[in-house]
Amino acid sequence: MSEQQLSARQAQLEQMVHDLLKEARQQGASAAEAAVSNDSGLSINVRKGEVETIEHTRDQGLGITVYFGQRKGTASTSDFKPEAIRDTVRAACNIARFTNDDPCSGLADADRMATETPDLDLYHPWDITPEEAIELGRRCESAALELDSRISNTEGASVNSHGGLHVYGNSHGFVGGYPSSRHSLSCSVIGQQNGSMQRDYWYTVSRDAGQLESEFEVGRKAGERTLARLGARKLGTRQAPIIFRADIAGSLLRSLISAISGSSLYRKASFLLDQLGQPIFPAHVQIQEHPRIPGGLGSAAFDSEGVATYDKRIIQDGVLQTYLLSSYSARKLGLQSTANAGGVHNLSITPGEHDLDGMLREMGSGLLVTEMMGHGVNMVTGDYSRGAAGFWVEQGEIQFPVEEITIAGNLKQMFAQLQAVGRDEERRSSIRTGSLLIEQMTIAGE
Amino acid sequence: MPNAIEIAHNTLLAPASLSDSDLDRVMDQLLTSQIDAADIYFQASRLESWVLEDGIIRDGNYNIEQGVGVRAISGEKTGFAYTDEIALPSLLEAGRTARAIARAGSQGNTRLSRTAPTQQFYAPLNPLESMTEEEKIGLLRKLDAEARRQDPRVQQVIASLVAAHDVVLVAASDGTLCGDVRPLVRCNVHVIVEADGRREQGSSGGGARESFQFFVDEERALGYAREAVRQALVNLEAEDAPAGSMTVVLGSGWPGILLHEAIGHGLEGDFNRKGTSAFSGRIGEKVAADGCTVVDDGTLPGRRGSLNMDDEGTPSQCTVLIEDGRLKGYMQDKHNAHLMGGHSTGNGRRESYAHLPMPRMTNTYMLPGQHDPGEIIASVKRGLYAVNFGGGQVDITSGKFVFSASEAYLIENGKVTRPVRGATLIGSGPEVLTRVSMIGNDLELDAGVGTCGKDGQSVPVGVGQPTLKIDNLTVGGTSA
Ligand SMILES: [Zn+2]
Repeated sequence: MSEQQLSARQAQLEQMVHDLLKEARQQGASAAEAAVSNDSGLSINVRKGEVETIEHTRDQGLGITVYFGQRKGTASTSDFKPEAIRDTVRAACNIARFTNDDPCSGLADADRMATETPDLDLYHPWDITPEEAIELGRRCESAALELDSRISNTEGASVNSHGGLHVYGNSHGFVGGYPSSRHSLSCSVIGQQNGSMQRDYWYTVSRDAGQLESEFEVGRKAGERTLARLGARKLGTRQAPIIFRADIAGSLLRSLISAISGSSLYRKASFLLDQLGQPIFPAHVQIQEHPRIPGGLGSAAFDSEGVATYDKRIIQDGVLQTYLLSSYSARKLGLQSTANAGGVHNLSITPGEHDLDGMLREMGSGLLVTEMMGHGVNMVTGDYSRGAAGFWVEQGEIQFPVEEITIAGNLKQMFAQLQAVGRDEERRSSIRTGSLLIEQMTIAGE
Repeated sequence: MPNAIEIAHNTLLAPASLSDSDLDRVMDQLLTSQIDAADIYFQASRLESWVLEDGIIRDGNYNIEQGVGVRAISGEKTGFAYTDEIALPSLLEAGRTARAIARAGSQGNTRLSRTAPTQQFYAPLNPLESMTEEEKIGLLRKLDAEARRQDPRVQQVIASLVAAHDVVLVAASDGTLCGDVRPLVRCNVHVIVEADGRREQGSSGGGARESFQFFVDEERALGYAREAVRQALVNLEAEDAPAGSMTVVLGSGWPGILLHEAIGHGLEGDFNRKGTSAFSGRIGEKVAADGCTVVDDGTLPGRRGSLNMDDEGTPSQCTVLIEDGRLKGYMQDKHNAHLMGGHSTGNGRRESYAHLPMPRMTNTYMLPGQHDPGEIIASVKRGLYAVNFGGGQVDITSGKFVFSASEAYLIENGKVTRPVRGATLIGSGPEVLTRVSMIGNDLELDAGVGTCGKDGQSVPVGVGQPTLKIDNLTVGGTSA
């Protein structure tokens, strides 16, 4: 989309938000908020050098929340016709006739609305034709296939390019919107050795296609990662230190985010209740949110309620500084919104001094986890038990790949035992972390 | 009551003034000399949900979704486009985009013929209208009261009620023109209990392709409330789970998630066509102990995973995957079946018009054996008895799978003794069923709660099994 088409389209969506809010008022709502989005893209998959699928995506959606005093109703649709908009508002109003008065419900406070929408450099359309994307995928996949004769099969390479607009508004008079894009290239191949197969993958993602890793790099890494897993065996059951490699370590931080999110706290469904101001990590740990990083994968100037985002320290010297709150959960807890309705925007843990090799040396003997399976995390108790694969390490050196094991512990203890953070920062996610070394967990195997 | 194809026609085509000959025209445009097959998938769905929390009806949501997806296939290549607008011009545009997968050639000539539904495993009803709003929220209030009535340690109750009404119509180049109306209801109760500073959770629910009356019948929903509290209270007493390889007895019903993860995904046709599954090329081989027969059955009346027809218009069927321990067959959609020289088994499913269909499971379960469940427990000297599970996951290439127990007990000297904390169980798909040493006579299907994810697409599924004894499965506890 050209600059001009884009701003015309944005004006259209803003008008739809105004129409939705107006319709809600006409149907009797005392307050309302609406979001409209529109996204289009191309996904291609190449396998064994041939194009396998070409998908042209075009998604649109609108959602409206109406308030009748403290009663609330929401409705959404993918249909943008005027009568559908009317029907959707009517459906939301109908819902609100039956929900109960909730003293905490309502829009976020008017004085917290973002007053400007700075350009966060989130939109870089990629002018790539399906033919070019197919060629890119081919080169990427063959870089993996040519690496080693043990690479025996492939799931192919994928090229994805998506861009769109998102507009949010509410009856405080706030309307904000911005375009954003997201492009990625990934490759997944299969290796075979002694009759058993292993698969691994690599991907690169960015708001700007110019920032993507090269197709050769992606293919090569996918191949190397697959080869490294060949010959994996089980381990005996034991206690050992564990390093979560940077590319999967974000999952531990996601558990932290969930545990300090308002919705878990007011439901008492968190293992970190009443921990504000308490040390939950060792003193070397610093975790912060920077929502307005230019080009950031999680960047946003306002949250899903229009509240202006701001930089904040979440963990300082190991101590929990703030919960992550929407206006609703804030009211439930008697606090103020932290502009985290809809989640976090660019969370990072400050990198430590060692790269992965240095981390392995610091661990000495233990497990380097490179893949986790399943959802064995109990957020109420912090009990943690997940399937894993990775590498057994002795004296700081990788010995052999392992699989079909579990790692178990309790998140509260795991956080308290976070011995070191690597400087091998994973940058392909809105959650940035290096590898994480945990003092001790239980490994179950043979 | 009108049949499904009439409802689908009236809901999807009539408002856009689309006639059967318009569909022929789109299909003809799609079919060029290099296009082997094509289909058009129309869908309109309505989804309504209600949530009770802290004793009040806090939230309700209504979602209206509709659109049409167009697919064109040439050899192993697939072109796909979709639009939210059901109208002839956007349909023709989507068709042009999709068929760009192959270069244009001569004109096709299809005549679609409406297929009357040959089977009906659920009625073409609209579950959103099966109760008044007052009745729906009344039911949620009852669940809240029932849960709190069970025990004073109950601190928090979240109860939800969801209904979906999905109308689909499929037109395909093989002449298929058929429709389906798919009701789906779901109810869930989640509780948090607290005693002496320790907190735990419990969750229970169910669902079916029925009206909301399903939850009132046999006091099913009240049963979910009681069950959620019971589980949470059991977990309050739980000790650390054991770590290591041991005998595991899986309860009947929902623990059948084992079959879904360990066997099911690996037997989906696409992975086997590409040779990426640990089960690839192993038809006829022994992959399970004698007596193990596993089927995928989309024809069970009213079940969450059942379908009258799949999303390619193929009638649902019961497919034998493993017969008396031997690998018998794969689950197929039309595309993969064609490339492998077989027939679709009615497993071509898609999350919506905006997603491509692929081979997916329906209701996957193991047939019962001879043993009394009590006899199975009594045969175990030391082991784990796992009766409730959260989710699972599988790596189909290495065959490694996990599933996470949310309610489990130790078995000591043939008796179920103490409850233990949740733990993940991990094993290898092609091996695990060879270690089944006893099969119970108590086949049960799950309560209708399963959702399967594959390539980012979610579809409702069912699982089931009798009580099973597995020698040597790795249990991921903390107590070595
Ligand atoms: Zn699944």
